[in-house]
Amino acid sequence: MNGIELKNLTKHYGNLCALEQVNLTLEENKIYGLLGRNGAGKTTLLNIITNRIFADDGEATVDGETVVNNDKALGKIYMLSEKLYYPERMKINNIFQWTKSFYPDFDKAYAIRLCEMFELNPNKTLRSLSTGYLTIFKLIIALSVNVPYLLLDEPVLGLDAYHRDLFYRILLEKFSEKPCTIVISTHLIEEVSGIIEEVIIMKQGKLIHKEACEELLSKGYTISGKAADVDAFIADRRVIGVDTLGGLKVAYLLGKPDSNISKDLEISHLDLQKLFIQLTN
Amino acid sequence: MELNLNSEKAIFLQIAEGIEDAILSGAFEEESQIPSITEFSVNYKINPATALKGINLLVDSGVVYKKRGLGMFVASGAIERLRQKRKDQFFDNYIVSLVAEARRLNLTEAEIKSMIERGLKQ
Repeated sequence: MNGIELKNLTKHYGNLCALEQVNLTLEENKIYGLLGRNGAGKTTLLNIITNRIFADDGEATVDGETVVNNDKALGKIYMLSEKLYYPERMKINNIFQWTKSFYPDFDKAYAIRLCEMFELNPNKTLRSLSTGYLTIFKLIIALSVNVPYLLLDEPVLGLDAYHRDLFYRILLEKFSEKPCTIVISTHLIEEVSGIIEEVIIMKQGKLIHKEACEELLSKGYTISGKAADVDAFIADRRVIGVDTLGGLKVAYLLGKPDSNISKDLEISHLDLQKLFIQLTN
Repeated sequence: MELNLNSEKAIFLQIAEGIEDAILSGAFEEESQIPSITEFSVNYKINPATALKGINLLVDSGVVYKKRGLGMFVASGAIERLRQKRKDQFFDNYIVSLVAEARRLNLTEAEIKSMIERGLKQ
């Protein structure tokens, strides 16, 4: 079967359970959003997929083959992470050359074109780059490697609004022309909510939700109004959270709003960010 | 055309309506080519699958058609078809909510009518 498959993946750090029996299938040519609060296990998950760390139990496969010490499987995956795995004194140009020997489909001409778009001088060394430009450098490699599976762990760290926008556009252009599987792990949920097709939400090492973004959003709604009215309404419903502001109350609910809602109450849509906060709280 | 990711309306519906609006206003003329899925996706920063879903609604209703290898075009007669559809929806989309708000404000029938007249004159 093609795709990335995780079976019963478990990982402990001492007493801390970083991943607990995670089962997950990532299909081909889809963009996934991997969401979770700090310490939820997102990076651990991605590190196991790329064989940077080992799972205590369970298995990760790419197109049916294990990722553990398997160069063939690992060659299909590229992971952008916070850690920098390149020598700091190296020039960007040389790194491009070098990357090509690990990833034969790396498109150097395209990488150079992206450098121009992001105004990054490829003759610079890595250590002369600012945090933002270091991220841009990593993004350019990720966008140019041409592998079937791209894992992006916090891809827009330190980027200004203009560069984030530019990155999302280039990513979508690339994806439209040459589809691949992309996993974006991020805290900037709002920004990616339109881009991702499926949402994966993790909480304390467990996978708590995986479904189509649109479907997940249609599963929640917000009710606001006078506290007493809201309380009466939510009494026998699936509430995931409430906010109170003076005599006003806002309740976040799962399910679809039914038709017999009192006129004194206002129903509104629950966006991904709010839903995320309520689900992982 | 603008998309609101926080709107209650699903993004693919907003895409479809945005294209309909552009056809009705003459921005996309009949028998002219509309932007590709990639262009919609990149411009509005949405997943291509979402853009495709929106455009497929228009293909299914005969407003837009695909020419293999060339792209998507506005069908002839699309404007008339869209006008008729929007007219059918006018009561549900506007009149019902107008009356509801007017009742909340205790507006009389005569007041509502005079306001509509005023709006028509503008």
